[in-house]
Amino acid sequence: MTALDWIVLLGTMLGIAAYGTWRTRRTNQLDTYLKGSSSSGSFTIGVSVAATQASAITFLSIPGQGFESGIGFVQNYFGLPLALILVCAVFLPIYRRLGVYTAYEYLGKRFDTKTRLLGAGLFLLQRGLASGVTIYAPAIILSTVLGWRVDHTIIGTGLLVIIYTVTGGSAAVSLTQKWQMGVIFAGMATAFVVLLLRLPPGALEVAGAMGRLEAVDFSLDPDRRYTLWSGLLGGFFLSLSYFGTDQSQVQRYIGGGGLREGRLGLVFNALLKIPMQFMILLLGALVFVFYTFERAPVFFNQAEWRQRVAGPEGARFRAIEERHDALHDERRKAARAWLEVRDGGDPRLAADARASLLAAQRNVDAVRKEAKSALTAADPRVKIKDSDYVFITFIVTQLPPGVVGLLVAVMFAAALGSKAGELNALGTTTTIDLWRRFRPLAAADEARNVRTAKWFTALWGLFAIAFALFASFSENLIEAINILGSLFYGVVLGIFLVAFFARRVGGTAVFAAALVAQALVIVLYRSLSISYLWYNLIGCASCVLLALVLQAVLPRQAGEGASA
Amino acid sequence: MNETKKASASLEDKGPRLPGFRTWRGVYLLVIGTFVALVVALTIFTRLHA
Repeated sequence: MTALDWIVLLGTMLGIAAYGTWRTRRTNQLDTYLKGSSSSGSFTIGVSVAATQASAITFLSIPGQGFESGIGFVQNYFGLPLALILVCAVFLPIYRRLGVYTAYEYLGKRFDTKTRLLGAGLFLLQRGLASGVTIYAPAIILSTVLGWRVDHTIIGTGLLVIIYTVTGGSAAVSLTQKWQMGVIFAGMATAFVVLLLRLPPGALEVAGAMGRLEAVDFSLDPDRRYTLWSGLLGGFFLSLSYFGTDQSQVQRYIGGGGLREGRLGLVFNALLKIPMQFMILLLGALVFVFYTFERAPVFFNQAEWRQRVAGPEGARFRAIEERHDALHDERRKAARAWLEVRDGGDPRLAADARASLLAAQRNVDAVRKEAKSALTAADPRVKIKDSDYVFITFIVTQLPPGVVGLLVAVMFAAALGSKAGELNALGTTTTIDLWRRFRPLAAADEARNVRTAKWFTALWGLFAIAFALFASFSENLIEAINILGSLFYGVVLGIFLVAFFARRVGGTAVFAAALVAQALVIVLYRSLSISYLWYNLIGCASCVLLALVLQAVLPRQAGEGASA
Repeated sequence: MNETKKASASLEDKGPRLPGFRTWRGVYLLVIGTFVALVVALTIFTRLHA
């Protein structure tokens, strides 16, 4: 990175953090600290919801998905608009009417303490584990590509987010997220424009010919990871659970000026999420076309590859690299040949040219696979999935000075924004659902509650840093988080759906049903190989059904099932 | 009255106050309509580039 890149990166990141800290330094009311400013409008809420969901992984891994397997991943978001309508119509009005700080507080009012603690506990377990991944994921990739020390990146990012989140709570989170999203949109739009200017004519056609533009798949095969049906059903339940019951999201929209502002903030996301994800995936697919015509590395984690080339087995790795370069040249020629004949009026010639292009692509894929096998043979601990490195490699090698800094700032802005929302929610849930439960007399002392929430937020931040420093994570980082979420979210959603729609079911039945359903999901995950999105549906459906059955056979206790 | 019904009642009380939309139902229909249009557009996009 040049001096200009550093100025852009540090200026935006430290500037936003300092601004958020300074503006919210006198936040001492519990309501503002936990729910944000009561004057927040729908735009602030909408941006905050989007920024909490869009982590750095979104901008590192999703273009990599587009590069590697095309834009079909967009189907994962098909259930989201429908889920947000349900959150707007049912979940949000109830949370606001009851004036709760956390979603799990509602479970306590509707059922009993044990169900509230179960909901809060599952959230803290799932989100607490994910918090390590969300800080580790961008740090490992950015450190590798930019040559920074990974522990310094983790500690630097973690401490920065802890400072402003602890100082201003939810108010600081929303305020900084607005500016961070500005940096993200500016950076991604710039990258898109620069990429379009550098692509040859017919780039979209090449992406299509290479199978990178298959957005919708109507297949009913359950083994296919991304289809319209898994996206609609699994995505619906995942989104409903995430937006409706995950405190990191609930906290973003239960505050603000009123019910209208919260609803419009969610509608903003329902309308924009699919186009936004489509554009990020398309960016990845176009980076694939760019590297079809420009020299591409055989393995995108170049730091790892160069280390092997310089090592004792260097000759073997250099030979693979040379073979890749030759096959890459053949693919480039095949792509140009296809572009020349595709509109020439001779369909047979065009079909032959396309077949040659696909054969050339298969050859490149084969040598890339060979490179990965060689890396594994040299060191089985090497992470061979390099798609997370594709977009950042494009950024640092192809973009002009200043823009590189802006795009690295995009990654950090996304990391800080989502991390802040997460820490804020973890601190709030620990304070409201656990600490206040065991310190009921302290509930009336507002200043003490704010101090405690600050301490818990800081502790969760330090836990995330420690977890990121010492844990070893799954290769595909975005999938690791989604899989973790899918294993827990379904059951939590089931508890909430019973709470909202099955008035006769009491706390004991739903508590037992949730435990059994969670065990079932974990057993099925270990024994089946279906798309992880289905576990949202399985967890939710089994929890609801079991709760209904158990309620029918269990003796009803006094006070159970009372509506809050 | 259960929570869902109460929530629906408050939903009728407070409109979206957006030009062209007097009820939240209209806003939700806009979301569904946009979603359907996006899926159709993406399906056509897929077919065009297959």
